[in-house]
Amino acid sequence: MNKIKHIWMKITGFSLFFPLLCLAVVLVINLIRTPDFFRISMNNGVLYGYVIDILNRSSELIILATGMTLVVAASGGTDISVGAVSAVAGAVCIYSLIGGASSDVYRIPYVLALVLGILAGTACGVFNGFLVAKLHIQPMVATLILFTAGRGIAQVLTQGFILYVRKESFKYLGNFLPGIPVPTPIFIAALVVILTILLLKRTSLGLYIQSVGVNRIASRLVGLNSSLIIFLVYVFSGFCAGIAGMIITSRVYSIDANNAGLNIELDAILAVAIGGNSLGGGKFTLIGSVIGAITIQALTTSLYAMKVTADQLPVYKAIVVVIIVAIQSPVVKRWMKAVRHKNALSGNRKKVKA
Amino acid sequence: MIKKLKNRLSSNSFLIIITILLFLLMYIGGVIIFKDKNFGRMQVFLNLFISNAGLIVAAAGMTVVLISGGIDISVGSVVAMTCMLLAWMMENKGINAVTAVIVVLIVGIVFGFVQGWLISYLKIQPFIVTLAGMFFARGMTAVISVDMITIKNEVFLAMAKSKINLPFGGSVNKRGVLIRPYIYPSVIICILVLIVLFFVMKYTKFGRSIYAVGGNEQSALLMGLNVKKTKIKVYVLNGFLSALAGFVFCLNTTGGFVEQAKGFEMEAIAAAVIGGTLLTGGVGNVIGSLFGVLIKGTIETFITFQGTLSSWWTKIVIAVLLCLFIILQSVLMNLKWNKRKKINQV
Amino acid sequence: MMSDKKILLTMRHITKTFPGVRALSDVDFTLRYGEIHALMGENGAGKSTLIKVLTGVEEMDNGEIYMDGIDHTIINRSPQEAQAIGISTVYQEINLCPNLSVAENIFIGREPKKFGRIDWKTMNRKAGDLLSNLNIHIDVSKPLSNYSVAIQQMVAIARAVDISSKVLILDEPTSSLDEQEVEKLFAVMQKLKESGIGIIFVTHFLDQVYKISDRITVLRNGCLVGEYETDKLPSVELVELMIGKEIDDLAKLRKEENDDNNGKKEIIVEARELGHTGTINPFNLKIHKGEVIGLSGLLGSGRSELARAVYGADKPDQGELYFKGKKLQVKTPLDAMKAGMAYLPENRKEEGIIEDLSVRENIIIALQARQGIFKMIRRKEQEEFADRIIDLLQIKTSGKDIPIKQLSGGNQQKVILGRWLLTNPDFLILDEPTRGIDVGTKTEIQKLVLKLAEEGKTVLFISSEIDEMLRVCNKIAVLRDRRMVSELKGDDLSQSNIMKAIAGGETGDE
Repeated sequence: MNKIKHIWMKITGFSLFFPLLCLAVVLVINLIRTPDFFRISMNNGVLYGYVIDILNRSSELIILATGMTLVVAASGGTDISVGAVSAVAGAVCIYSLIGGASSDVYRIPYVLALVLGILAGTACGVFNGFLVAKLHIQPMVATLILFTAGRGIAQVLTQGFILYVRKESFKYLGNFLPGIPVPTPIFIAALVVILTILLLKRTSLGLYIQSVGVNRIASRLVGLNSSLIIFLVYVFSGFCAGIAGMIITSRVYSIDANNAGLNIELDAILAVAIGGNSLGGGKFTLIGSVIGAITIQALTTSLYAMKVTADQLPVYKAIVVVIIVAIQSPVVKRWMKAVRHKNALSGNRKKVKA
Repeated sequence: MIKKLKNRLSSNSFLIIITILLFLLMYIGGVIIFKDKNFGRMQVFLNLFISNAGLIVAAAGMTVVLISGGIDISVGSVVAMTCMLLAWMMENKGINAVTAVIVVLIVGIVFGFVQGWLISYLKIQPFIVTLAGMFFARGMTAVISVDMITIKNEVFLAMAKSKINLPFGGSVNKRGVLIRPYIYPSVIICILVLIVLFFVMKYTKFGRSIYAVGGNEQSALLMGLNVKKTKIKVYVLNGFLSALAGFVFCLNTTGGFVEQAKGFEMEAIAAAVIGGTLLTGGVGNVIGSLFGVLIKGTIETFITFQGTLSSWWTKIVIAVLLCLFIILQSVLMNLKWNKRKKINQV
Repeated sequence: MMSDKKILLTMRHITKTFPGVRALSDVDFTLRYGEIHALMGENGAGKSTLIKVLTGVEEMDNGEIYMDGIDHTIINRSPQEAQAIGISTVYQEINLCPNLSVAENIFIGREPKKFGRIDWKTMNRKAGDLLSNLNIHIDVSKPLSNYSVAIQQMVAIARAVDISSKVLILDEPTSSLDEQEVEKLFAVMQKLKESGIGIIFVTHFLDQVYKISDRITVLRNGCLVGEYETDKLPSVELVELMIGKEIDDLAKLRKEENDDNNGKKEIIVEARELGHTGTINPFNLKIHKGEVIGLSGLLGSGRSELARAVYGADKPDQGELYFKGKKLQVKTPLDAMKAGMAYLPENRKEEGIIEDLSVRENIIIALQARQGIFKMIRRKEQEEFADRIIDLLQIKTSGKDIPIKQLSGGNQQKVILGRWLLTNPDFLILDEPTRGIDVGTKTEIQKLVLKLAEEGKTVLFISSEIDEMLRVCNKIAVLRDRRMVSELKGDDLSQSNIMKAIAGGETGDE
């Protein structure tokens, strides 16, 4: 009995327990409502199925959440500009590729355009990082600037038009590579996550970020350059936004400066929170954020499957979010602990009586 | 005189003064540049209020929230929900205009209360709570109706479009008729809100408690203020003001649709920041935020008058201004800190 | 004759335990009407805890509090409750709102009103009057942040004075005041005293105690030492009571033998007119290899600030620092670390531990920081390091991967010490390494310091306990008022000499 209790405590104490539980709940509900939820079929040489769709659709979010996790961990703030920055990156990529009008001719090599797009995202990250780390401006205010200006800048490039790239090779990144049945975004997201984890584990960056996020003063006294680390996470977040921008534009082989990546920053922040990370910074789990991102997408996909319209979706999302963050809030945790304690006490008393 | 100026420089009102000066400068600049297009007409100025009445109300409410050290990003969605609810009640349910307005205001208050409770009693970060609020309100808008509803209710339209002529100013048109400058009732509402909020923030215990809580929550607690209650009241107030902003907004658009007022909350935050409100809390003024909105409106008017520039330039110019103000604030804070250090040394 | 005064407040058998530390054990305290009662003791003596228990910031485990006019024991659960029965407090850290005006800070929560609205005119006038009573003439309508910390402190005092009806607690109110301001404050205290208010005065400044107080209660290590009438207690005796003279098994092991060699030994650290504006005045200091040099002085004397300037925690803005014979520019702590310094900060909780990180991570973080981002210490190595340190310093922990915040204070301190030992420094700065930790660990740390010196490492040791310093140091520099006032070594090293230097009487050499 005690042993079971011990194992149970260990499981519930595991930092990914809660995020995984959320995901599991969403998936089980799906399975009940849609029995063929986990079925994957092959059609025209590519894989189809809810699960594939969830993973595919959550790719951009996973990439953005990766950057956001580090931003939150190191600075205790959020980068609300990532959606707009994705649009800028997409616009830079397409503009440099085909110029200011829809076309099917590349002006420069495709790869170079991708590099330019990602560089544009990274440059935005440098701007944010400079404001936050060097000028000590609150993260949200600092990133509000590009949040406001980003889509405007993208529109200056596109002149307010939706620019289409009518060339098959442009679709590879956001859809399928010829001959490969798994959507490309899944590979890219996996690659970003794996490389980031390697970067965090193989270098001491992960430790530095947590250390600075937990206690900036003590970190400085042990020789860490807190400002530099905070600067770098914003640059990285911009870099991730750049990559996400490439996928977003490739999916629809076009750039719509107004709508590309709209509101995705909010989902990214949410993914971080659902993943069990404190928005106050410090200790973080990247995998948690990835699970959070998948949970959000799973929720979205399953609500669609239940015939909820896209516009009404946010209502359910909001309710789920409130429940999840309320359960994780310190007040509720304390309260639950007190209840558990009380139960334990009364249990003991019963034993004594017996 | 110089000493007096220096004192001003270090005080928080300096930021507001800069904002007001900037507005005047831009406006006078506009009058000179667009002389042939009559930028200097009274009506052009009044139009700033007419087209931004909703934003002025929302920015004023946002300012109060920011002063308390919090944030509310649900405002835009609540505005959309309010418009939709108004339109739906009047057009689909035949509820009379006055009742409909009262209902949406109550909905706003309840919405604010729930958010405030989650923030102050469950201690969840305001950003996350109001993010959920944002999703919820936007989704509810769609639940009410996915299609756009245009308001045809006569009482409501009368409220929206009855011109109130000013007893002065105006110009003679080509036919020799004197045209008086006019405003709509929405402008009166937004001015009233500003006056009431200005009074509340300056002359009531509640208002000063908001400043205290935003300045230093711990100290406010030790000085015997009820921090939780103050916070919850702030969100209730802002819920009400968001709904009111929605009503005023609706007077302009006379209709509801799902995508309405997207990004409205960020415009409100930007206006507050340009108006000298610090997002760290404790510092700010609703009058500053009014000028923040007016600056945004002036930029838009510029672009309309200029004719060839596209609307996205508004966003870019706003962002550049935002950037300048934020850096200015940061520099000022540093100056102040250095000054404090010097005082302590002596 | 003074004891004839009627008793206003009695605290009996007050006990308060924090996890791992007994902050107060069985402490009594008595305050009479119309007296200024100084509460004295070094850091960790329990003064603040006693005040916090009285004002309801902390709950006591045991004990009783009586107040005249209330026929039952009182327990204050919040500062508001304490205020309601006439106890108000001015804390050392200013608990005011910097963004509000001076007048508001005095009146917030009880603003004067007219027609239901705040009457700013009356409020400003009243605030102005209150402050003029303190001889402060400032524009009360300006934000508090416009004024110096000293003025802010006076505003806090004005607020407390205006609220208080019976008991006024001043917790180190003078640490940021200059002499004139202290004079003004004392005049007000005198006035209040005459009106019958009982004042509890906590301070580190001996001369102020003798100037203003009628009675002194001394605490040490959470215990009551005694209550004394001020004019019957000589200052040197007071310092002795505060610091205590515990005889311990550690003799001055290696002091004499090294003294003669100092002249020939290599100079590790040399400061020439090094200073940091606002915290420490320019000082000169030479430290030889293998030496343990102590820095003594009361809190706020500049002893920690001197160390911070050497380590670059506060980047020095005057003078030069030579380390191992070479001029060293310390812009950041990393520069100092790379040169071979280590720094254990005074404030363990805020500047030492990284609370959410594991014991292992806390141990290797400094070494890792010095190695840089790309030279990652492998996990296996990390564990070896952690095990070695846990073993070496006998750290009591249920594992090396639990968050450091779950350890007791003494063990946390050992982890931080271990963190620095791992970097194999030539020069260690230890600021209050034994504060707030149990006696056993204290001795262990002292022994460790001696061992390090034997191994040829140099240590700068800061402590408020003179005994401890006499045990481990070859040389002791005494600071007063942010200035180095004397350097004692050899035969001059004695409790009485140090105390004299701290108290500001005749000094040793120099």
